[in-house]
Amino acid sequence: MSARRTERLLNLVIALLATRQWLTKDQIRAAVPQYGEASTDAAFDRMFERDKDDLRELGVPVLTGSGSAWFEDEHGYRIDRDAYALPEIAFTPAELAVLGLASRVWQQATLAGAASRAMVKLKALGVATDTSIVGVEPRVQTTEPSFGRLYEATRDRAPVRFAYRTGGRGEPVQRTVEPWRITSWHGRWYLVGHDRDRDDARVFRLSRIEGLPTVVGPAGSVQPPADVDARAMVANADPRVAQRSATVRVAAGAGLSLRRRCAADTAATVLEIPFADVDDLAEEVAALGTAAVVGAPEDLREAVVARLRGTASVHAGPGAGAGTEGSVP
Amino acid sequence: MTPPVRRAASQQSATDRLSRLLSMVPYLVERQGVPVQEAAEHFGLTEAELVADLQLLFLCGLPGGLPGDLIEAEWEGGEVFVSNADTIARPLRLGLDEAVALLVGLRTLAETPGAGDREALDGALAKLSAATGDAGETAGVVSVALDDDLDPALLARVREAVDGRRRLHLRYHVPGRDEATERDVDPMRLLSLEGHIYLEGWCHRADAVRLFRLGRVIDAQVLDVDGTPPPQAVSRDLDDSLFQPSATDLLVTLDLAPGYRWVVDAYPYEDVSDLPDGGARLRLRVSDTGWVRQLALRSGGGVVVAEPSELTTDVADAAAAALAAYDTPI
Repeated sequence: MSARRTERLLNLVIALLATRQWLTKDQIRAAVPQYGEASTDAAFDRMFERDKDDLRELGVPVLTGSGSAWFEDEHGYRIDRDAYALPEIAFTPAELAVLGLASRVWQQATLAGAASRAMVKLKALGVATDTSIVGVEPRVQTTEPSFGRLYEATRDRAPVRFAYRTGGRGEPVQRTVEPWRITSWHGRWYLVGHDRDRDDARVFRLSRIEGLPTVVGPAGSVQPPADVDARAMVANADPRVAQRSATVRVAAGAGLSLRRRCAADTAATVLEIPFADVDDLAEEVAALGTAAVVGAPEDLREAVVARLRGTASVHAGPGAGAGTEGSVP
Repeated sequence: MTPPVRRAASQQSATDRLSRLLSMVPYLVERQGVPVQEAAEHFGLTEAELVADLQLLFLCGLPGGLPGDLIEAEWEGGEVFVSNADTIARPLRLGLDEAVALLVGLRTLAETPGAGDREALDGALAKLSAATGDAGETAGVVSVALDDDLDPALLARVREAVDGRRRLHLRYHVPGRDEATERDVDPMRLLSLEGHIYLEGWCHRADAVRLFRLGRVIDAQVLDVDGTPPPQAVSRDLDDSLFQPSATDLLVTLDLAPGYRWVVDAYPYEDVSDLPDGGARLRLRVSDTGWVRQLALRSGGGVVVAEPSELTTDVADAAAAALAAYDTPI
């Protein structure tokens, strides 16, 4: 099946490249033998629409137009030959090697398929890769399911809506956002954009988005400011750039991750920890169990107690597991 | 989790194969008489897969389907000749997402200390940007920031040990057990995953290859000892998961609330199924239950240890003990 479809697509590309005039759908149906498999007009339409979309996805510039000023409703198709071709690029073997490394940055990620298709195309240039290049190989994962949709919306400058959880406060809340940038910071993905509900710039962590975002406006309708510094915005929302301070008692030698947040040595038993995000710090303290106990502030203390209660209630007694009503922060 | 397997060319989608054919034709047209084996290697195919592609090409061509209209491909003598393919003799340009994926990848490499060859990176970025037009602007919407709060002196010492093959003494924080450990490591390479830089090396304490996140290294000293790893030290395949469980590890069942489904993607697992509430039931093997307990405690009920029951009780006890420290009833 796949081979038949590849033949059909290849014949379609050749027909649309070879023509100097706009080809009507009927002419295309006659020119590509594999369209003979379509028994009805509707079946052909579906096949052709899908093929056209797939070609455009691959980067093939399929144009729509009309050669006649009198019969404007009779649209035709062709491929712009100049726009079709890769401009002349002369990569050196070493440059092609780093491009190969760059394509592997996207491991199991949304853009991994696009990266490997790009490398296939560049192989047409026939440059042998210099395999001697070694070094740190960065890998980026996008395990957050919302990444693909948000990437597309940001690329297309379209507003999105999604359910967003701020930890420890119960139900997710619908947010409508004009997306500006997506950035990975310390291994986590963030969306930076204009929050229409808050009427202000906001940072969203992708792992806190529930379900898939939906596009709620036309492409091109979002105008990101020219001077967006996504990294700086995320850094300000990052716990490392802290505005508040917490007092946490820790057992001697324990709580190393908390000690690192405030550069305390292993002997200290009371830590003054700078922080910005209550939920982030509450998660970290709760994870340590009895080894770390919050003294102040009160909202952090409550957030930790709420987490511990939630955990205790779903693990109490026999039959813990599915069906148990847990409070999910 | 099943290890990733190279997909046979025949199992690829029709569009992947089309993309390869549109790349192969310009390559072959420019190199008439290239040996079948060389062309197959260039495209990462077996010779049989390459011949299958040539057979498909042979069936395509200009409308009409007459002999003179079809692409001609010949490989009888072990050398490939392709003609009558003028319409597709130039390589296809990169699609927007393809260019973006490479450009963001290159910029990520450029930010990674010790990645690739600087001159080649700059050259590739400049040429690709010039050839892909407005993709450069779109690529700006995605960025990756790596560990930027690493102690540069520490990174320099680790690099010195990797480059000079010296053994390292590490004080290392193991978060799952919340303890600092001391160990000697023969460094193998530095790599960057998920925004963090790791040292891969032969750990003499574990007698095995281990990954150490540099952000968790409390101190590192370069020892005046040869640090060549033993022959059994084999680098991990980066395309496999980072943490590889062993079949003897404890089998744990976790029930994940919808907001914690990311755990499915974060760790290798045995199997996963959907729960009625939109969450997931995950079975996975763990060598150290410390991180499971921590995950359950931090999730506040979003991650439930369903099995084994000893671990469920252990988590319940840990939560109760911690609550007692706050003088609050459960």
